[in-house]
Amino acid sequence: MLSCASFALAQTPAADEPAPAGDPVLGQQRFESQCALCHGQDGSGGRGPNLRRPKLDHAPDDEALRKVIADGIQPEMPGAWQLSPHEVASVAAYVRKLGAVPPEAVPGDAAHGEQIYKTKGCANCHMIRGVGSGFGPELTEIGARRSVAHLRESIVAPEASVPDRFMLVEAVTASGASVRGLRMNEDTFTIQIKDAKGQFTSYRKADLKELRKLRGKSPMPSYQGALTPEELTDLVAYLAGLRSKS
Amino acid sequence: MKAVSAGFGAAALFASILAAQVPYERIVNADREPGNWLTYSRNYLGQRFTPLNQITPANVTQLKVKWAYQFDVPNNEVSPIVADGVMYVTGPNRAAALDLKTGRELWHWRRPIPADYQNIGFGRVNRGPAILDDKLFVATLDCYLVALDIKSGQERWATQVADYKPGYSMTLAPLAYRGKVAVGISGGEAGIRGFVDAYDVNTGKRAWRFYTIPGPGEAGHDSWKTDAWQTGGGSTWVTGAYDPEANLLYWGVGNPGPDWNGDPRPGDNLYTCSLVALDGDTGKIRWHFQFTPHDTHDWDAAHVPVLFETTIRGQKHKVVANANRNAFYYVLDRENGQFLAGQAYSKQTWAKGLDDGGHPMVIPGTEPSDEGTLVWPNLNGATVWFSPSYSPALGLFYVAVRETGATYFKREADYKPGTFFAGGGQRELPPDDVWGAIRALDAASGKLVWEFKLNSPPWAGVLSTAGGLVFSGTTEGNFFALDAKTGKPLWDFQAGGGIGANPISFLIGNQQHVAIAADRVLYVFGL
Repeated sequence: MLSCASFALAQTPAADEPAPAGDPVLGQQRFESQCALCHGQDGSGGRGPNLRRPKLDHAPDDEALRKVIADGIQPEMPGAWQLSPHEVASVAAYVRKLGAVPPEAVPGDAAHGEQIYKTKGCANCHMIRGVGSGFGPELTEIGARRSVAHLRESIVAPEASVPDRFMLVEAVTASGASVRGLRMNEDTFTIQIKDAKGQFTSYRKADLKELRKLRGKSPMPSYQGALTPEELTDLVAYLAGLRSKS
Repeated sequence: MKAVSAGFGAAALFASILAAQVPYERIVNADREPGNWLTYSRNYLGQRFTPLNQITPANVTQLKVKWAYQFDVPNNEVSPIVADGVMYVTGPNRAAALDLKTGRELWHWRRPIPADYQNIGFGRVNRGPAILDDKLFVATLDCYLVALDIKSGQERWATQVADYKPGYSMTLAPLAYRGKVAVGISGGEAGIRGFVDAYDVNTGKRAWRFYTIPGPGEAGHDSWKTDAWQTGGGSTWVTGAYDPEANLLYWGVGNPGPDWNGDPRPGDNLYTCSLVALDGDTGKIRWHFQFTPHDTHDWDAAHVPVLFETTIRGQKHKVVANANRNAFYYVLDRENGQFLAGQAYSKQTWAKGLDDGGHPMVIPGTEPSDEGTLVWPNLNGATVWFSPSYSPALGLFYVAVRETGATYFKREADYKPGTFFAGGGQRELPPDDVWGAIRALDAASGKLVWEFKLNSPPWAGVLSTAGGLVFSGTTEGNFFALDAKTGKPLWDFQAGGGIGANPISFLIGNQQHVAIAADRVLYVFGL
């Protein structure tokens, strides 16, 4: 029946039932088919956070982790209503196994990486602990959300995986003026765009001559060649160490 | 003097109790009083069309919010009832009567949701009440059918329809007809055995039950080759339609269980994914038509059946039409269930088409699999529970369409009462790869007449009007009006919350209004 997946809530076992035992092998199968779209095939993050770490913000203990998997986190994470309690427990067991992987060895000099970040203009688009510009994704906790490999790729090939909320669009008005920027929101009748200066513009779609979604395009330039291999390694080391607000 | 006036007041009150306020005949003849909205789809025929014509393409841009009512729960899906200056709304285990002029509450009623209640596979919602005589009927999540006094909101009776613990539930608006009130059941992902029930409006006593999964010895039972019929699903979670002349109820039946793994249930699995025609007095089945035999994609036929008369190949027919979750549109002879016409109305990749009998010519390899199978439409279907609309003025069938596929997975399913019994699931496409539309189909054939594209797959139903408009809503909160003849957008309003409900229209005084629920707020618009 499933009237509406986004509104659906998963069942959680009754309070008096013993916590179901999980099978991490089954959990891996379910994870790869149901969770990997957002969390990455190996759990290292994508649209959703990197799960290859021992502490998960929304799941301090196993019961909380099962609840997050079953019920989701509104509004960004749907509940896994399709999984049985045993499957939920199995996914939880697998996720804990992912987190038990020793933290990635991060080569490089993070202190030097911070200097690179400050001198190469990163803060013109990104914010860390309240400092910088909010045009691009906030990086305050980026080390907890993304793997080292993902961070490296984002710097040298930012168009390889553009975050969902950073779709670049181009609107051409009736007078022929063109506005390029990030799509902040969109519905059937209107679209809201933020340009490179941070200005918001709202259009009625019917008033536009053209509206193009620049799929796979990123406002961020590639830093391939703009950084030496050592500078890149150090910058990644700095970003990988950004794991909390404090 | 004082005593005299009190006596007069008591006499007037007594008289109003004796005269049933909304007798059956008023609902049968709903077109005589288009200012009210007396049953789920306004008339028994399931058309969700209003004869009101004050709001037109020429003046619709002047629509303004006249009042709003805030619910205390999100994601409201209610289609209200309007009768004699009062609007009746419902939510999960709640109902309220609102003054039609101001939206002020006249009374409200609640029934606690048990702490151990589980909604397995759907949201905690309610799609509306039914009215008959002097009672308002509400179906609750914990499976009670409750009759409320329309003047006070106090309970006249409450009847347990099923035990919620194994997974039964009710989210639909009941259908009150000649002396009875019919309800269907949710729980198609919990291994239930579905049914349609009818209850006596005065006593709450069950008049009949029709099981959608035939038991041993009953016709259709041999479409289940194993014991799987006992947990076969066949929910009935969307309000049906009624033909008063034939005294037949038409009701859509949901998916078989487990949803995505058909291996444990070989056979066609009747009457899942079917439309059934039931005798209004006895519940006996008159005919059935199965849209999706042995479904493995969760394509319930849980839609409002739409009844009208039309001409096909030179012959006049009384028909029932259905834009199905499986992406095909069907026109059936409503007297015998014979297939008359049909075609796909949305992208689908699972069938080559329909044969002469209306049966799908299934493409091999489109079933869910261990590694995943990409198929259109996704499990929510090309359309789903929200209502279509039929305009007798234009002969058009309007439907809100979801253009999205999904990768379907098959998994093992072990039945345990009160738990998810689905046998798989789906992985959705990225949000920018899916979209929606309001489509106008030639009602006699299903041929596309026009479409209006939507930014994302919708969750809202459609209302068409004699004023020449089509109203619907978007997931992003736009409530809008289109030209009923051309689909041209004429007016829209940002409601501030996703719309997953059906619009209605009625008079306040002598002025036409339109109402829609958007997340936590019900809006009423007028000129």
